[in-house]
Amino acid sequence: MSAPTRTLTAHANGNHRITEPAPVRWVLTTVALVFLALFLALPLAAVFSQAFEKGFGTYLLALKEPDTLAAVKLTLITAAVAVPLNLVFGVMASWAIAKFSFPGKNLLITLIDLPFSVSPIISGLIYVLIFGRQGWLGPFLEAHDIKILFAVPGILLATIFVTFPFIARELIPLMESQGRDEEEAAMVLGASGLQTFFRITLPNIKWGIIYGVILCNARAMGEFGAVSVVSGHIRGITNTVPLQVEILYNEYNYTAAFAVASLLAFLALITLAVKSVAEWNVRENMEP
Amino acid sequence: MKKIITSFTTLALAVSTTVAAFAADVTLLNVSYDPTRELYTDVNKSFATYWKGKTGDKVTIKQSHGGSGKQARAVIDGLEADVVTLALAYDIDAIAEKGLIKPGWQKELPKNSSPYTSTIVFLVRKGNPKKIKNWDDLIKPGVSVITPNPKTSGGARWNYLAAWAFAKHQPGGNDATAKEFVSKLFKNVPVLDSGARGSTNTFVQRGLGDVLLAWENEAFLAINELGPDKFEIVTPSESILAEPPVTVIDKVADKRGTRKVAEEYLKFLYTDEGQKLAAKHYYRPINTKIPTKLAKVKLYTIDQAFGGWQKAQKTHFSDGGIFDQITGAAKK
Amino acid sequence: MKLFTKHHNVLPGFGPTMGYTLLYLSLVVLIPLSALVFKTAGLSWNEFLEAVAAPRVLASYKVTFGAALAAAGINAVFGVLVAWVLVRYPFPGRRLVDALVDLPFALPTAVAGITLATVYSPNGWVGKILEPRGIKVAFTPLGIIVAMTFIGLPFVVRTVQPVIEELDAEIEEAAACLGANRWQTFRRVLFPLLTPSVLTGFALAFARGVGEYGSIIFIAGNMPMVSEITPLLILTKLEQYDYQGATAIATVMLVASFIMLLVINLLQKWSRRYAE
Repeated sequence: MSAPTRTLTAHANGNHRITEPAPVRWVLTTVALVFLALFLALPLAAVFSQAFEKGFGTYLLALKEPDTLAAVKLTLITAAVAVPLNLVFGVMASWAIAKFSFPGKNLLITLIDLPFSVSPIISGLIYVLIFGRQGWLGPFLEAHDIKILFAVPGILLATIFVTFPFIARELIPLMESQGRDEEEAAMVLGASGLQTFFRITLPNIKWGIIYGVILCNARAMGEFGAVSVVSGHIRGITNTVPLQVEILYNEYNYTAAFAVASLLAFLALITLAVKSVAEWNVRENMEP
Repeated sequence: MKKIITSFTTLALAVSTTVAAFAADVTLLNVSYDPTRELYTDVNKSFATYWKGKTGDKVTIKQSHGGSGKQARAVIDGLEADVVTLALAYDIDAIAEKGLIKPGWQKELPKNSSPYTSTIVFLVRKGNPKKIKNWDDLIKPGVSVITPNPKTSGGARWNYLAAWAFAKHQPGGNDATAKEFVSKLFKNVPVLDSGARGSTNTFVQRGLGDVLLAWENEAFLAINELGPDKFEIVTPSESILAEPPVTVIDKVADKRGTRKVAEEYLKFLYTDEGQKLAAKHYYRPINTKIPTKLAKVKLYTIDQAFGGWQKAQKTHFSDGGIFDQITGAAKK
Repeated sequence: MKLFTKHHNVLPGFGPTMGYTLLYLSLVVLIPLSALVFKTAGLSWNEFLEAVAAPRVLASYKVTFGAALAAAGINAVFGVLVAWVLVRYPFPGRRLVDALVDLPFALPTAVAGITLATVYSPNGWVGKILEPRGIKVAFTPLGIIVAMTFIGLPFVVRTVQPVIEELDAEIEEAAACLGANRWQTFRRVLFPLLTPSVLTGFALAFARGVGEYGSIIFIAGNMPMVSEITPLLILTKLEQYDYQGATAIATVMLVASFIMLLVINLLQKWSRRYAE
């Protein structure tokens, strides 16, 4: 289940042709915009309106709270570990899958997609089953005093799991559509495998990578369900930003909760902006 | 050469042991339930000062809060808590069953290891528009009651049992009438959050429901945090004596070498200072000399009314138990 | 390596990249998920059935799959409309609106949950208008549908949009020449062309909705039998120390996810072939 993208599409057709009568266009546009306003714009506006309800000073104060800062730090670390790992995997997997044909390709792609559709709760649960005191490795870990669950490693693992397919699923269709003519030509002309990859393939998929990384990053920083199961909720140590939002919300500290939530909303907006730019560039690259 | 290495090793060992002996920088993890956040923030500060004065060591206490059952499960699965301070003994029993706490833990500290008690009261909207005075007002048609899910929330189990006991104490009351009473009560519940805090938020912030069944301290906190002009507290004619117990997790404390400070930390809750903090956060201190502003209520214990937690849990909250029967979740 | 015999392939690196892919996939996805299956395999058939077919569990499937179906249906209708408007009708701020469609991909689910609850609760911006008219959204099954609609919206728009963009103008012109009006053209000519992508988007939104947790728990009432979703029930079981029950239900969900993915991959193949 890939996050559907428009990487494969050509430019929108030029000036259009027959269309609906103006009143119909107006009505349809209005209905679509009202729908989007109700479901997308209003909630987004609500985050910021609640965050700044008590003024900018309170807002800043809420963000400077030590536990919140610790949560921000943990979230940054989590993304800094999960995204590069999945990036390496994404490039490797898309090379193997897009540039070669082999039996069982569809099954492999389905397996890569699996973390997309597995409920986050299940993603957390599996790590409890493996690393929990009563889990497979529980006794071993306890004997060697290695902490995974309810500590930073558990949070990293859960995050890597839920963000696993993002980059691979972005690159596979892109590389498939580009074919392998250019690479083959380079090889015939005597370039080595790595040279071919860095000189030919990488520039071609550059924007696809950026696009995948930014989506992967957004999810890594925003994951709630899976991380909530494995975190242990120790303040200042194992709370990520989304968990901190929940905690503040539960402490009647609504303004602070929404202030921290607005950080994540900002992140979402930046993600959307970068995504739009990347998408535009991918389309440019796709032009023959 | 060998000699040099040996002496280096000895030196390194000596240095490390000295460091350990001098700069004792201890961290404890207190895994607690939902409504104690503010209480333990204060207690931790006071205890750190007290401990520094007594031993010269610096102690930092980390907190983790959530639904009582959820927290106990995390400890069972390996959350390294030095002490737990949960909503009810049943959840600590569950940890003890797994061998993390020695049997008989509840006798380690005075008063069933509960340094403070609480009870269940009603939080209603200002002016009490639905005229809710006592438990039997909760089952009237048109009254919307907010309580968390007894399956996951400790507070909700106290709520449920308090209602049950009230019905049983009525003239002609027995198990059948109590079941009917509680069944009617839960028909009036539109939302079941998984924890006490979730319910308070639903009632207070989302404006849902006419009455919130809440921990007494939670009700006062809601009023203080969110304005006395919006809510008021109704104390029913009788309620249950909730004893939230505390204990050291033996296995963790022994492994981490924190037993002494962990025990002192819990004992600190029984000192005048600890008791005053409990009173300040609207818990009922067990030391009767500590003044409290809380109203006198007729309270009975879980042992008196239900024969202890194990029994209450099995009858009411296990799968297929009475709670499942009244919500229709059990097979008929 | 006789795997790719169809064409002679001069590109190197299949061995190492494939090896790494399989290794990483196994470590991160397959082995952890197998823990779930093995734990469940420890149950007898009867125990398993008892765990996954108890009335409360069945009710939660109904709520989860029912709400996901409804939300995917709403998205199929409005998603196509939004995609159509975005491609065909120029209006000021179109690019901005276009970018905004992806918001549910980027906004963390917990943030989505508390804001949706804020907007749709009886004292919220939208709830305030609906409540006096007798429509309760937050804390009812309707709330679950709203949250699932939110997270599923981009899936439909983003699968249908490129197909609309690529529709050949000549087809519509031909239909017009043959005397069809716009509505007939849409219904008889365009709609069949869009169907595979709409179905794919529908299935994606559905699958996403079924697994969703973060945004729903804040807005659903979480009442057993009425508004309790399956992922929440798994957590609840866990908190009652019922590990076997939790893993058994989780396995059912996992199998459902896998089947949905297979269906989606087939749909995607179909729509790609259809497009060509």
